Amino acid sequence: MSDKKRAQKIADAIQSKFGDAVLEIEVAYDEFVAVVDKAIVHDVLADLRWTHHFDLLLDVVGVDCMELEPFRERFEVEYILYAMKSDTRFRVRTPVPETDLDVPTASDLWQSANWGEREAYEMIGINFVGHPCLKRLLTHHEFVGHPLRKDYPVMGGQWCSSTSEMKEELEESQGGAPGGSSAG
Amino acid sequence: MGVDADFLDAPTKNETGLITTRIEEVIKWGRKNSLWPLPFGTACCAIEFMGTVSSNFDISRFGAELVRFSPRQSDMILVAGTINYKLAPVLKRIYDQVCEPKFVISMGACACSGGFYDNYATVQGINQFIPVDVFIPGCPPRPEAVLDAVMKLQERIDLEPATTRDVVRRHEVDTKLTDQ
Repeated sequence: MSDKKRAQKIADAIQSKFGDAVLEIEVAYDEFVAVVDKAIVHDVLADLRWTHHFDLLLDVVGVDCMELEPFRERFEVEYILYAMKSDTRFRVRTPVPETDLDVPTASDLWQSANWGEREAYEMIGINFVGHPCLKRLLTHHEFVGHPLRKDYPVMGGQWCSSTSEMKEELEESQGGAPGGSSAG
Repeated sequence: MGVDADFLDAPTKNETGLITTRIEEVIKWGRKNSLWPLPFGTACCAIEFMGTVSSNFDISRFGAELVRFSPRQSDMILVAGTINYKLAPVLKRIYDQVCEPKFVISMGACACSGGFYDNYATVQGINQFIPVDVFIPGCPPRPEAVLDAVMKLQERIDLEPATTRDVVRRHEVDTKLTDQ
């Protein structure tokens, strides 16, 4: 069975299991994309993880669709999955409205979601609910705003007045303060 | 050139070879021929700097071969590579620790102007937060350009008053260098 047939089968299984909450099944660049409602996105990912053996989460991507017409919602989160054993790729995409940026975390399913979601949080501003340490990853700790949003000025650099200590961050991520709420 | 010639031309008192010169000239002569560089390398420019230090180009011909990795043991900081806003306070802190009198060379397009990183993350030139003596253009610059920068810096040290390093007098030096 070819990759495409395998992915087709998985897409069919997802669609029959979750019904109307699966908004669309797209094929882009020979890969299947399941566009799902964000209320069920964690269930879909868990199903792919445990039933369909997608053991690798390659990336979590936040997308600002402001300049793409037409779009469902302002933002999107996309999960790129890969099953090593069957050499199959699959993508899950969920629209996120500007008014409600909460998306359940996938870091309980794949460890690699941890940093991917932190990046999507800092660049686009998606709030991953239940993430162990939702803090900025690439920009400095005094940075305000989300630089990859289309309405953020490209040259909007922000000065950082002090160096930050990694120690504090490490301690927090190992079960100190609750993650996510105080991030900025 | 410079002080060397002054030494040779200095009147000798007797046949044992005593020479006279001004203490300022001696300080400047020593200072410019023993720059201890601290390479603050963050990108490919640092690789070019390694090439400059090693035998093909041999920066020790200009007395600047003693590369130190502690700012407290060096007096010339060579910023080679992209400096982003997150790194700026780190560079500032290191610059503050460099021994006086300190000299700064900004190497390559990124350090001088942000290079092609025209965005929110990269500082558009390190002279926005630390004073720079010599800028080297290039992406990355050739080792010859680094040597040229060292020579430019030596010229500058020669023209500059050896005992004070205040802004007004540096401005005079700038004017002199431009006039040349």
